[in-house]
Amino acid sequence: MRTIGFLVFGCLLSVSGAHAAVDPALLGPLAADGNDAKIVAIAALVEGAKGEALPVLKAMARGSLALAGERVVIVDGERVIDASTNVEMAPPPAVTESIGINNRLRRELASTLASLRLFSDNREVRWEAAQELASGADAELLPLLDRALASETDPEIKARLQMAYAQGSLGSDDATVRLDAVRLLGESSDANVRQLLLPLTEKRGDSWAEPDSAVRAAAGTSIRAIDKRLAFAENVGRAFTGVSLASILLLAALGLAITYGVMGVINMAHGELLMVGAYSAWAMQAVFQAYLPDFIDWYLLAAIPVGFLAAALVGVLMERVVIRHLYGRPLETLLATWGISLFLIQVARTVFGAQNVEVANPVWMAGAIEVLPNLLLPWNRIIIIGFSVAVLAAMWAILNLSRMGMFVRAVTQNRPMAGCVGVPTGRIDTMAFGLGAGIAGLGGVALSQIANVGPDMGQGYIVDSFMVVVLGGVGQLAGAVWAALGLGVLTKFLEGWTGAVVAKIVVLVIIIIFIQKRPQGLFALKGRFVES
Amino acid sequence: MSSSPARTPFIVRLGRSFDARSWLLVGLFAAFALIAVPVMHLLLPPENPLHLSTYFITLTGKILCYAIVAVAMDLIWGYGGILSLGHGLFFALGGYTFGMYLMRQIGRDGSYQSDLPDFMVFLDWQQLPWFWAGSEHFLWVVLLVLVVPALIAFIFGYFAFRSRIKGVYFSIITQALTYAAMLLFFRNETGFGGNNGFTDFKRILGYSITAPETRVVLFALSALALIGTLLLARFLVTSKFGRILTAIRDAESRVMFIGYNPLWYKLFVWTLSAMLCAIAGALYVPQVGIINPSEMAVANSIEIAIWVAVGGRGTLIGAVIGAFIVNLAKSWFTVSFPEYWLFFLGTLFIVSTLWLPQGVVGLYRRLRAGVGRETAGDASAADVPRSLRGVTDGVDARAVGGESLPAAKGARA
Repeated sequence: MRTIGFLVFGCLLSVSGAHAAVDPALLGPLAADGNDAKIVAIAALVEGAKGEALPVLKAMARGSLALAGERVVIVDGERVIDASTNVEMAPPPAVTESIGINNRLRRELASTLASLRLFSDNREVRWEAAQELASGADAELLPLLDRALASETDPEIKARLQMAYAQGSLGSDDATVRLDAVRLLGESSDANVRQLLLPLTEKRGDSWAEPDSAVRAAAGTSIRAIDKRLAFAENVGRAFTGVSLASILLLAALGLAITYGVMGVINMAHGELLMVGAYSAWAMQAVFQAYLPDFIDWYLLAAIPVGFLAAALVGVLMERVVIRHLYGRPLETLLATWGISLFLIQVARTVFGAQNVEVANPVWMAGAIEVLPNLLLPWNRIIIIGFSVAVLAAMWAILNLSRMGMFVRAVTQNRPMAGCVGVPTGRIDTMAFGLGAGIAGLGGVALSQIANVGPDMGQGYIVDSFMVVVLGGVGQLAGAVWAALGLGVLTKFLEGWTGAVVAKIVVLVIIIIFIQKRPQGLFALKGRFVES
Repeated sequence: MSSSPARTPFIVRLGRSFDARSWLLVGLFAAFALIAVPVMHLLLPPENPLHLSTYFITLTGKILCYAIVAVAMDLIWGYGGILSLGHGLFFALGGYTFGMYLMRQIGRDGSYQSDLPDFMVFLDWQQLPWFWAGSEHFLWVVLLVLVVPALIAFIFGYFAFRSRIKGVYFSIITQALTYAAMLLFFRNETGFGGNNGFTDFKRILGYSITAPETRVVLFALSALALIGTLLLARFLVTSKFGRILTAIRDAESRVMFIGYNPLWYKLFVWTLSAMLCAIAGALYVPQVGIINPSEMAVANSIEIAIWVAVGGRGTLIGAVIGAFIVNLAKSWFTVSFPEYWLFFLGTLFIVSTLWLPQGVVGLYRRLRAGVGRETAGDASAADVPRSLRGVTDGVDARAVGGESLPAAKGARA
């Protein structure tokens, strides 16, 4: 019955605004005494007025149809609408008698409304009706579905209707009908249909709920088929969230891949550079709210360069003031940058307050697309995956195609020789560190869309992003990508089986074991780079 | 001393590891902690200006435990060249292990009047998990404190050092280890009280845990443990073992070419260091009255490194000084200017790595050596890799002797 409610509601949406007149002669009999007379009147109305009858029937189902003298009207709160012309009457006439309905009439009206929608000329209306019926139909609608199936030409709608028909005929007395229905339902990928089939395989008291053994066996097969499809969708969903996590890890780790991987600088303040990027997004949102409220949805695009520059600036300062004095002393660098991270956290607390700030998703990032019936992919995740791929491509291009990238690679491979041929190694260090920091800022902008933005946000990413770099192998972009993907997908699949905390522990343990086996990571640099 | 062919008795060798002045200092400290403090706390009335408050005893006792951890860290970092970012884990494991005993000592005085600890009643557990077996026996728990963290350190260290994981890699992996352990202990199902950990202790060996006498005994025990740790560490680093250890720190490959296997040297000092941390943790918990997974937080472990760095690496006494300086500053800041504590700590990290490579002890030595040398030393400080600079304590000559080694380059790769 719930479905029918949907149908009624759907009519309301699809037909509102229809203006055509309905012959008052067809409306009058609706007020007749007795249910039989009313049913006849409804049938006559549908016959005569087709789609135009919808508002009237809908009002009747609501119980708001009434008589004002001889006229049939729709009462809508204070307003009174002429049922035949669908126009509001002013001044409102006195309502003399309301047209009552009972359950029998309500059912009649519901199926009439459903059929009106199923036989609508508009494909969208038919598709919606079929869609709603396919997730739960009962035996009363069978004759209607039969007719709809006969006249339907669109294959997609037809498949849905067949599904609905099968659900309706589960209650049939004929075992062969039930068998066909069960088999057909096995093609569904809806968890509700599974619930519908489940009772057929269970015992009720001593006897089987389903007397026919063939139907029982078919129900079992169908349930397994549905389970398989559901599991597939679930796995696709997990893989997607895994890739989404991977994209975040990648954004967090790409900057590290430059500063640690390429330059050998352990930057424990990397998480705080993410924080700088995230706060930049928040600041741009505030600026747009104050000065450009009309373009508020595009603040994020402005935040991308701002986040990059802000984090790069902090990074360049860090490099100039502290890190350059510590090259070649990785353990000291680690401690000093940890100090910087504490410093930055406290700065954020002092400036922005200790509480998390709110960064809203722009409208174009909200919502989701439906890939499978039970699989929704949120847009913000998809956009962030795309963004991380773009950042990766940009970074690859900078390192491999630009002059600066060439210098960075030269300094990495052989610092004294690069200096000898005129590469300004000191400046290249600063620029490379700035680039790494800026990319962390970009990561922060992306994170602001899906994670909390607060002074401590960076701390949560530092272990993970180091794991990505260590696992991927130092000095390797490709390694970072594969490690991020592997870690992201592995974490999400483990989470499905063991819960989030255990999954995290297992992943860390796996990494520790992996590092034992391959201390240089997935992609080791070959040759003389190998230490001492 | 190791060159003398006749076998010198252990006690003599131990005695020689400190010079007369150091022995005098140790003796003074022991007298202060074991005699003066109890007298001043228990016997003097509160209005007497020399009376030591409970706050003093608790704070100092806590810092004494930290100092043990710092010395343990100095052993492995200052002398072994291995920066562990996971020492908080061993400290917390020691604390948790001893905490199990303290939880059992509560008996039926908890909020639920059950034989089980409160958190288990809360989780609706019917009996103690297997690893709580025997936790009501003091000696068994003390044995566990000594063995369990050391065993974990041994297993982890064996695989890490065997694969020749070192430098920053090792630091990051130890960090991941303690992070994983923290997550594990945050779970209620792990059986260690989830994120509340253990607290509300009532008794230790039947004595009230808050009684002044108990506090003084715990304080004295911590002081003794610190003295013992210092003696042991000093003995180790001045022995032949210590020389090989510093040699491994400065030039591992060369030590291997000579024929030593660095694995066992590193593994021994690593396990010993973990064990010392566990002892400190076990002494810490009854004095502070709580242990929870946040002790395993990554930040805590890194803070241990800064105690050592501030005091001076490779000096042992520097570690103790550093632990006191940083923790006293922390107590003062977090009460008076809580919002500036992180600024201070952050600055401390940066300043001590940039300008105080040998910490307060190094600064003191340089000041004594003359102002002229100090400025010269500063100018070159940034260029010379830390591990190649002298580490004082009679190992200077050999450490500097390895200056031609490409340690800096190696570490960058």
